Amino acid sequence: MSIILDENTTVVVQGMTGREGSLRTKYMQDYGTKVVAGVTPGKGGMEVHGIPVYNTVKEAIRAHGEIDASVTFIPGPALKGAVYEAIDAGIKFVCSPVERIPIHDVIDMVSYARKHDVMLLGPGSLGMITPGKAVVGWLGGSVDWASTLFDPGPIGVISRSGGQSGTVPWALKVAGLGISTALHIGTEPVLGLTMADVLKKFEKDEQTKAVAVFGEIGGTLEEEAAEVVANGEFTKPLVVFIAGAWAPEGMRFSHASSIVEKGRGTAQGKMKALTEAGAYVVDSPEEIAPKIKELIAV
Amino acid sequence: MKIHEYQAKELFRTYQIPVPDGTLCLTPDDAQKAAEQYGTPVAVKAQVHAGGRGKGGGVRVATSVEEAREAAEAIIGMSLVTEQTGATGRTVHKVLVEQGVSIKKELYLSLIVNRDDASVTIMASQEGGMDIEEVAAQSPERIIKVNINPLLGIQGYHVRQVCFGLELEPAIAKQAGGLLRNLYQLFVSSDCSLLEINPLIITGDDTLLALDAKIDIDSNGLYRQKVIAEMRDPLEEDPAELEAAEYDLNYIKLDGTIGNMVNGAGLAMATMDIIKQAGAEPANFLDVGGGASAERVEKGFRIILSDPNVKGILINIFGGILRCDILAQGVVQAAQAVDLKLPVVVRMEGTNVEEGRKILKDSGLELINAIDLSDAARKVAEIAG
Repeated sequence: MSIILDENTTVVVQGMTGREGSLRTKYMQDYGTKVVAGVTPGKGGMEVHGIPVYNTVKEAIRAHGEIDASVTFIPGPALKGAVYEAIDAGIKFVCSPVERIPIHDVIDMVSYARKHDVMLLGPGSLGMITPGKAVVGWLGGSVDWASTLFDPGPIGVISRSGGQSGTVPWALKVAGLGISTALHIGTEPVLGLTMADVLKKFEKDEQTKAVAVFGEIGGTLEEEAAEVVANGEFTKPLVVFIAGAWAPEGMRFSHASSIVEKGRGTAQGKMKALTEAGAYVVDSPEEIAPKIKELIAV
Repeated sequence: MKIHEYQAKELFRTYQIPVPDGTLCLTPDDAQKAAEQYGTPVAVKAQVHAGGRGKGGGVRVATSVEEAREAAEAIIGMSLVTEQTGATGRTVHKVLVEQGVSIKKELYLSLIVNRDDASVTIMASQEGGMDIEEVAAQSPERIIKVNINPLLGIQGYHVRQVCFGLELEPAIAKQAGGLLRNLYQLFVSSDCSLLEINPLIITGDDTLLALDAKIDIDSNGLYRQKVIAEMRDPLEEDPAELEAAEYDLNYIKLDGTIGNMVNGAGLAMATMDIIKQAGAEPANFLDVGGGASAERVEKGFRIILSDPNVKGILINIFGGILRCDILAQGVVQAAQAVDLKLPVVVRMEGTNVEEGRKILKDSGLELINAIDLSDAARKVAEIAG
């Protein structure tokens, strides 16, 4: 088992004929992802790496039947329309890797996804990987590198940092532990799938025995996660590192989402909420793997 | 991106949101002329990207033309210190001279993007002119919050919640309805992330007027905001940060002594935390990104080294997308180009790490290898004393 994504998940790539789209399609396909179709308006009839391309998502579904997931390699200005198209076509999981999307487009997309009960990963998510089975997005980057970073196993990983969504699984692997599913939750200040949403999925997944989180200052993702732990919707061991404890208020570090504003979203507040809820908060990302190992062994 | 008050008010005018008459002045002469034109009293307001200008002496009311000139003389060129500028303050280059108005009541009004439920939130209060965070802390019931689902846009019931909440008289409420709709259009159409009017006043003749205006623009939306993009004021930005932005590097200058260069914002933040835990202070935040070329890495290095406070440098790279050998080439190039004298602690992990280490080792630089992040921070903290 795993969450959301496995070897049977059918995937359409919106923007497949573009440079990124084509490159990442090859990676996903080589890793084992069931990429059944691509969509690029005006390029219907083409093939990319042997996969048929259609003009619209609806056309792709007419040809292939229901499709589980879409990955959008679409430039920022066109992203909102592409996500709407996927949702209106009935796709229930959309992964959006593109960063730096205007915030007003993001709130439109997220509102529309929530209204239709669609899981929108991102925007600004490197993607999601279920090791040995499937990947969406570009998490891992290449089959070789993905094999170096991710082993299958019992640990779920949620990261707010793109780089750390590979590094945390690698550190777990070095410690002898594999991954059920790892994902980068996205860099934008408003996101579709939240940490709390994902924890609830990990709770139901038998393969997942514990979850590691690389958190950051800003927003309330970690506070919401703490609530899910406190109210018993997530009961497995949870180990969390929060980056940015040092950061001065009002300073924005690269991700639009990692900013402490008006005393809100501080590392201290997040740590307190998580600790009180019963999660384990560590002081350095390098302590995540040892702590998980200790908890799993009990 | 922040814009000035006078620029925000230009946008207000475009959207039929009433503001006082005003003129941007670069010299006391200009200010004098403006005061002569409007008649006194006038307000003379420093134009800098920082709040709290009034308390810092950056806003003065002049009751004569001479006073207006004196106020402009005092404010232009001053180093304005407010709670948002830090101790060194911000040099004032221009003032806005505005016609005086009679104030019957001061209100507070703002629009923000609500991160928690993906909406636009209108906040309003009868406690205008005050520090709104103080009001929120002491009497939260005095603040009206109305969330607008972006798929619906602003509706009559949103407007009514605000107007009844503010206990506005019908004639004022009618004006407020139009104002709220126009502000919402401005907020969405101009890719604003924050829009604040504090105070929004009811004048002596019962007209609503935006006495102040603060707008932050979402940088991600600037590509479709050509007019607003032109409003960028380089005088308000740190030169090193501007230079870094040109190279698409994320650099923020800080006050410490440990320069650092990291790939990935998450790792960079964690690295700064660990430097702090080791008892030292980071001199900067620098994320070289996943696909940094040797040239960009070199540029990043130059930016770190341009800070005279830096006593030691920590490089922390987990080479997934960025290969360690490419990073190493950039470091060596930059070090040779600037004749690097400072010690550098390197923690590298990942693709081609051995080749990367070899390139650094063969370079003849003062390089210290670290086994992990904590080790790296300890070593660089020792160097910096």
